[in-house]
Amino acid sequence: MQTWSLVSVCVLLGVVVRWGVSLNSYSGAGKPPMYGDYEAQRHWQEVTYNLPVQEWYFNTTENDLNYWGLDYPPLTAYHSLICAYIAKIINPEWVELHKSRGYESPAHKLFMRATVLVADLLIYIPAVVLYCLYLTDGSSKKKVSTLFCFLLYPGLILIDYGHFQYNGVSLGFALWGVLALGLGWDAFGSMAFCLALNYKQMELYHALPFFCYLLGKCIKLGPMGRGFFLLVRIAATVLVTFALCWLPFLSDPSQALQVVRRIFPVARGLFEDKVANTWCSLNILIKIRSILSSDSQIYLRLLMKPTFWQFKLALANSSLAFFLFSYQVHEKSILLAALPVCLLLSDLPLTVIWFLQASTFSMLPLFLKDGLLVPYVVTSLAFLFFSIYLLSALEHCSEEELRLGAYHKLLFFLPKLDLACIVRWKFYISVAAMAGLSIVSVALVPPPHLPDLFPVLVSTTGFLHFLGTFIYFNIVQFSGPPSRKNQKKND
Amino acid sequence: MAAPVVDGWFPALALGVSLLKCLFINAYHSTDFEVHRNWLAITHSLPVSRWYHENTSEWTLDYPPLFAWFEFGLSHVAQHFDRNMLVVENLNYDSPMTVLFQRLSVIFTDVVFIFAVRECCRCVQKQKGSRDVLNRPSFVLAVLLLWNFGLLIVDHIHFQYNGFLFGFLLLSVAKHLQSQHLQGALLFAVLLNLKHIYLYVAPAYGIYLLRSYCFTQDNKDGSISWRSFSPLRLITLGSIVTSVCALSFGPFIAMGQLPQVLSRLFPFKRGLCHAYWAPNIWALYNMLDKSLAILGVRLKLLEEAGLPRASMTGGLVQEFQHSVLPSVSPSITLICTLLSILPAVASIWRRPRGARGFLRCLLLCALASFMFGWHVHEKAILIAILPLSILAVESREDAGIFLVLSTTGHYSLFPLIFTPAELPIKVGLMLMFVIYSFTALRKLHSGQGTLLHPLESVYLLGLVVVAIACEIIFPLSPWQQKLPFLPLLLTSVYCSVGVCYSFLRLYVSLLRQEEKPKQL
Repeated sequence: MQTWSLVSVCVLLGVVVRWGVSLNSYSGAGKPPMYGDYEAQRHWQEVTYNLPVQEWYFNTTENDLNYWGLDYPPLTAYHSLICAYIAKIINPEWVELHKSRGYESPAHKLFMRATVLVADLLIYIPAVVLYCLYLTDGSSKKKVSTLFCFLLYPGLILIDYGHFQYNGVSLGFALWGVLALGLGWDAFGSMAFCLALNYKQMELYHALPFFCYLLGKCIKLGPMGRGFFLLVRIAATVLVTFALCWLPFLSDPSQALQVVRRIFPVARGLFEDKVANTWCSLNILIKIRSILSSDSQIYLRLLMKPTFWQFKLALANSSLAFFLFSYQVHEKSILLAALPVCLLLSDLPLTVIWFLQASTFSMLPLFLKDGLLVPYVVTSLAFLFFSIYLLSALEHCSEEELRLGAYHKLLFFLPKLDLACIVRWKFYISVAAMAGLSIVSVALVPPPHLPDLFPVLVSTTGFLHFLGTFIYFNIVQFSGPPSRKNQKKND
Repeated sequence: MAAPVVDGWFPALALGVSLLKCLFINAYHSTDFEVHRNWLAITHSLPVSRWYHENTSEWTLDYPPLFAWFEFGLSHVAQHFDRNMLVVENLNYDSPMTVLFQRLSVIFTDVVFIFAVRECCRCVQKQKGSRDVLNRPSFVLAVLLLWNFGLLIVDHIHFQYNGFLFGFLLLSVAKHLQSQHLQGALLFAVLLNLKHIYLYVAPAYGIYLLRSYCFTQDNKDGSISWRSFSPLRLITLGSIVTSVCALSFGPFIAMGQLPQVLSRLFPFKRGLCHAYWAPNIWALYNMLDKSLAILGVRLKLLEEAGLPRASMTGGLVQEFQHSVLPSVSPSITLICTLLSILPAVASIWRRPRGARGFLRCLLLCALASFMFGWHVHEKAILIAILPLSILAVESREDAGIFLVLSTTGHYSLFPLIFTPAELPIKVGLMLMFVIYSFTALRKLHSGQGTLLHPLESVYLLGLVVVAIACEIIFPLSPWQQKLPFLPLLLTSVYCSVGVCYSFLRLYVSLLRQEEKPKQL
């Protein structure tokens, strides 16, 4: 069958699965007074539509920042504004100032879900399609399989279409950035990444690899001459993009400062969800300072060898490092690590699938709180089964395919064991453990003296998996480039 | 004929579609959901003698007794989900556990359908030199059947048990294709006692089994050899059918309730057409009648006061009269149906072409009954589309007819799911099925010319125009208030053209087929 028809069928199936998940509940459904992320997004539409730009980030009588105040960069605000215009045409009650707080109705839910789908169709899905078709190796059937599994990643679907968020936009822009860099369009790539950064400040997790890769590329092209021109072009693109995004706030320095204060809050917020966000943003700044001491190896290597393969691995390692070694990070931040790992789906299928499943599993307490058990089970089963089946992940477990060749020599003192067999059994046991914990979290009631037993167990298991993946990817990054001869014709 | 090995890809397809069905658990469900909940309650809470007399709810039991026993079995599982659904008085009860149970019951009973599809895939001829799995007829057939748009929409959103029932039909067809006629007959007898709509295709079974099974040999020129009649085989067949019917209707005959049961099964009080006209001949007939009436009033040939109040597409199912053309009664539809299946049935009597000829005749009986039947539901088009899939992967001409019939038939199911929340699912699944069926069948029959005539392609593209007009333009236009039935009318009339055309083409292909010795 022709590739285009297979691709269309995969994309359509991805869309149907997403919409099927969106038929379920969202965060904070029917839970006054604060509700959840869904109400936050609706509130931002209300604020951006009714108030002038200068008041969006300020605490005024009209704008109570304690009730879901805007704490994402301006692009999120503009997106909310566009959605609000459409909402106003359909039903003005949805964005009426103050009166629409806590508004919930089936028609409104349909509208909000539709905005997520439209954003995905415009930004995230095309990026995924282009990435899988043009930047992965293998036969066209393998590319389509990769595309299908990429689109089927449960974590992003459940958060965006279940819990309700717009991660598809920021991750989509970041993916466009990666795509462009892979195709050699550096200026376009930097612009795309700046857009991602201006949508959610969490994208700083990915900022350092982008920076080091581009800098390394400039240095490689020659610090005088072509490299220098490239550097200037990229710098100019970045500055212009930032300026355009922040334009309404640049007229007054206090405006810009207030926005920065909102997205990197130094003072702690009053509510639980906001605390997580505070730490999320804060720890990025803390992390960057400590970067030079601990994880600099990742970035130095990328600086010296700015290849696309190194770039992908650095992205994965960097975001995992940020996620792992920080305090009280919000569970959803794992998505920032999941995206770079998805990029490695066709190269290292087993580990990637394993990690992606673990990342979905680690968000189980959140899904249970939102009433998303059935979609969680269905999408996880589908993802596990189809990615293993289509990418033949369990068959490609030899040393060479896992890229562990160089380091096995170091562990020569271990008895000669069949690595593939060990890896497969570890995988089965791990999946069984995750399944078991999922069932237990749902079916059993925790003992009264340990009310948080199950969420703690879930996050510990998740943490162990992430740590293991982090170590593995570090080994792979330092063990050399991938061998070109892996062009097997997979059926 | 070696049966192709059905390996890893079949469980993958089956599992994939089953998981997809689970995502629709919270989607819209129609009144059929309440119908089946009511039947669960009736069969569980009331004694057998009351099953066909109970009418607390308007959705009385109108399927044959075997289906009632099936619901009885389901109700024993249902009590562990939510006991309250089994209370007859709890009308329109739909707690989350009830919805979960009912949806899961449809998904689980689909295992019969999956098994039947596997059997059908084994019967399909293997194409020479096709190493690519995606290009094998068995793979294409499996996708066309398992992922059939109509079944997914009707069973797992609208809510019915068609997968379970079609499993029996396809399994019986597969058994005939494998020359195990007794098993096929048994399965069909069971199917008839589960849902009597399959009486539509009973003539095909009857004539085929009589001609090809009871007469053990043919003469050299293919004509009937009277001396080879085997009374033993006839008796075996007869006893199988009667014993199944006895098992099903026996208790009710013993209680003297047979007339009551039959009156529930065949309610002829309903109108010629369902509230939404099925895209058959009568839709065109109604349309013609309406147009002539309007024309007559405009040209002052008729008096408007003399015309009966027409509300054929209104929400209620009423009796009505036609204004200009003669009215149609149930007996007329019966005669038309019988006349239309006569040539097909006669053809397999005179020149039997083995099991595939039988399949073609079954198809024509199903489609003829759809075309001319009384109070036909648009869902009945699936009885024609599913068997045609088997023929489509083997013959180029049938593939072309299949593309027209399936696209048109599936589109005619769109008005069943009218809620805005399910629109992306409906459109997404339809596009998936259309893209897949077109490209896969084209690849399968490549090298023999195009599958579709240009006019057919234009007609099918016209469906897109109709879709956009009905789903997007119409709700936003001023006619929404004045003529609310217009999109339904447009859909059913436009689709009738396609369905009638497919019917005629299938008939022509049957009558034109030369007798070739088929090794089946």
